[in-house]
Amino acid sequence: MGRFWSLLFLSVPILGVMVFLWSALGLYPLEGHWFPELVVADSSIDHLFYVILWMTGLVFIGTGLAMFWFLWKYDDKKYTGPVWYSHGSHILEIVWSVIPAIVILFLAIYQMDAWAGARMRRPTLENGEPKPAMARVTGRQFEWKIQYPGKDKKFDTPDDLYTTNDLHVPRDEEVVLEITSEDVLHSFFLPNFREKQDVVPGMKQFVWFKPIKDGKYDIVCAELCGWGHYKMKGQITVESASDYRAWLEKAYNEQELSEYSLAEAE
Amino acid sequence: MSSITADGQAAHAHTSSEFGVGEFISTYVFSRDHKVIGLQFLFSTLLWFLIGGLLAIGIRWQLAWPWSDMPVIGPMLFSAEGGQISPEFYTMLFTMHATVMTFLVIIPILAGAFGNYLIPLMIGADDMAFPTLNMLSYWVMWPAFLFFGGSFFVAGNGASSGWTSYPPLSSVTEAAPGSGLAQTMWLIALTCVGISSMMGSVNYMTTIIQMRAPGMTMMRLPMTIWGMFITALLQAFALPVLTAAGFMQLTDRLFGTGFFVPEGLIVNNSEMAAGGGQPLLWQHLFWFYSHPAVYIMILPAMGMVSDILSCFARKPLFGYKPMVYAICGIAGLGFIVWGHHMFVSGMNPGLGMTFMVATMMIALPSAVKTFNWLGTIYGGKIQFTTPMLFALSFVLMFVIGGLSGIFMAATPVDIFIHDTYFIVAHFHYVLFGGTAMAVFGAIYFWFPKMFGRMMNEPLGKIHFLLTFLFMNGTFFTMHILGAVGFPRRLADPYHYETFRHLLPMNQFMTICAILMVACQIFFIVNFFYSIFFGPKAGRNPWHANGLEWQAPSPPGHGNFDFQPIVYRGPYEYNSPEVDEDYYPQTQPPNERGDTDEPATMVNH
Repeated sequence: MGRFWSLLFLSVPILGVMVFLWSALGLYPLEGHWFPELVVADSSIDHLFYVILWMTGLVFIGTGLAMFWFLWKYDDKKYTGPVWYSHGSHILEIVWSVIPAIVILFLAIYQMDAWAGARMRRPTLENGEPKPAMARVTGRQFEWKIQYPGKDKKFDTPDDLYTTNDLHVPRDEEVVLEITSEDVLHSFFLPNFREKQDVVPGMKQFVWFKPIKDGKYDIVCAELCGWGHYKMKGQITVESASDYRAWLEKAYNEQELSEYSLAEAE
Repeated sequence: MSSITADGQAAHAHTSSEFGVGEFISTYVFSRDHKVIGLQFLFSTLLWFLIGGLLAIGIRWQLAWPWSDMPVIGPMLFSAEGGQISPEFYTMLFTMHATVMTFLVIIPILAGAFGNYLIPLMIGADDMAFPTLNMLSYWVMWPAFLFFGGSFFVAGNGASSGWTSYPPLSSVTEAAPGSGLAQTMWLIALTCVGISSMMGSVNYMTTIIQMRAPGMTMMRLPMTIWGMFITALLQAFALPVLTAAGFMQLTDRLFGTGFFVPEGLIVNNSEMAAGGGQPLLWQHLFWFYSHPAVYIMILPAMGMVSDILSCFARKPLFGYKPMVYAICGIAGLGFIVWGHHMFVSGMNPGLGMTFMVATMMIALPSAVKTFNWLGTIYGGKIQFTTPMLFALSFVLMFVIGGLSGIFMAATPVDIFIHDTYFIVAHFHYVLFGGTAMAVFGAIYFWFPKMFGRMMNEPLGKIHFLLTFLFMNGTFFTMHILGAVGFPRRLADPYHYETFRHLLPMNQFMTICAILMVACQIFFIVNFFYSIFFGPKAGRNPWHANGLEWQAPSPPGHGNFDFQPIVYRGPYEYNSPEVDEDYYPQTQPPNERGDTDEPATMVNH
């Protein structure tokens, strides 16, 4: 039976790698079982994922094969040689501590720039000021309230535009959003933008990205926020700058015309 | 450690004449014997394991066939909704699945069941240092069982803020209508579990430090005991924080304090009174315990696997000291990495970078352990017994779970995969593929000691094969869902355009999960059949070296019928000093060929 069990363990790295390859290549029946289409300029998260995937993949295959080989070869029923009576090896311990340490240190330093780009280096205006938010997104049970500052570029003034679950952003421009929550924790997750940030009541946070592809994409709530968590769905629309301005204009006019204004309803 | 008291015979003497009701209760119910307490923990946690598994099936059902009637169970549970799982019920399902598995299964089965049973036996003591405290540590679990169990049935919905219980959802009663009493009961139960763990941990530390048999130095302890020892330390230092945080949340809920409730909170269109708190504070406090708790849930398993691997490779453990240092390293680092659960929580991004580096460093001791396990089986004579298969699968599954951890330790990648199924895959590989497999292995391994009979090998192997296959079918595919960004905890992910096409994959996973739970029948049958009808085991059926294998099977009150004296470490398999391929810790050296019966065995 030793042979059988060795092969069973061997099947794990083989099938594991195949499943990853299959879905990364999008082969039948796993089409679309990989990253959703990237629609922002910054691809560093995907790149980093692949770097780690290669690295861990090699370790996974290596340990899997080693384990298989040891089990195959040193099966009690087949192996007749002497047992290697050994309590360990200093040199080996040093080798397999130092090499992973170097790899891990490299990885830790390598990723810092991407993190800083995503969370610390907020886009600036030409005068060096941090770029103001294009819109404010507020999570509440169970919807995304979206507020545009209007022509005066200031929030909470009479010319603000309010929408629900409908966020529009212009293409090819650094978009900064102010995100917050008014009740419980939510998480502002844009799968196609590789963006996710929990929103916390009482805290004002900023996220930024540069969309480069037109389309309508999901806004997902990724932090448990109550029974209706699953239906807290929004939509983000990326369109050309002119379309975006036209939409703002149109939506604002509609808001003026309708007696019902979200701001007053609050 | 001088008095070695009764033996198996003494215990049997009771049964003949004056064994009354009082005797029965003090021997089997409110027992102060570590072995009985250990078995009480074992049976309770296995029962909860089954309940937790069934809760998981509920989750999987909804993900595979959303809003469709659950056959058989559906009409019984949700007749009001026509047999469907409601979104409220779904949130409760995953909350309680994680709660039960973490607090009522994994932690108590490792520390409570195996810690209790094995520590005195493996260090050569007659019992724990504080037997009464030990008994209490089990019975304090009962209020926890009742409160967690009762929370299913109180009015409304059951605890449903996730096992992490993040405020304000958990601390403001208005945020989750119907979960009022249940969430409060959840917090009380959590406190009871904490008290139990604390009692256990104090006891284990004292016992391991004070009551080792003569000759049993710290560096001759089996890895199991090292795992238990470091776990006890972790619990002692981390638990008070969770308990305090639990009380803070309790007062937030009951007395209107505002530890975790920020100012100006509007829930359900009404403003909340209390304010000035910070929701992130809970996350820091919670993970300050619960990250070390992740190691509480794996270190004893690593120890047990080391023992099993060495025994069935018939070869000394490779790199004993590095293994010990690695456990200490994991535990030490475990205290400074809690922030990696909070990379996208709104915590200062600079702090995130610090936690990232510390988290990456944990890969080091983990790698050391893995390579040493591989070193242990290299060049041995591997016996493919059921416990060995489970231990081997622990190593391979831990490799997967450990490597996938690197993805989420990388802060930028975590932005994308946080709270997706990639995380779910990761911790199920560590906790199910890792710990649960180790626990199964440990049950098969120590069962002969616990009940004096062997478990059935063919049934055990079928159990292993099916569990192994269906586990990978269920959990490996989760990595792929994670790569798509498939979020956790959604009752119906398919109304998002991005995730709609993932339904068939989820159905495949659910079928695997159902089969995985179903094939546990092989284990249950084997377990109970073997207790009564298995072949008699004798003292040392596996030809292992540990002290526990020198005691009778099952050991009587007081454990050993002779004074164990330890001459060497527990991993001297195939030592050139003896003819047999094992060399028990109690066997005096230099007696090669002198006598058939070593001095310490005379009393047998």
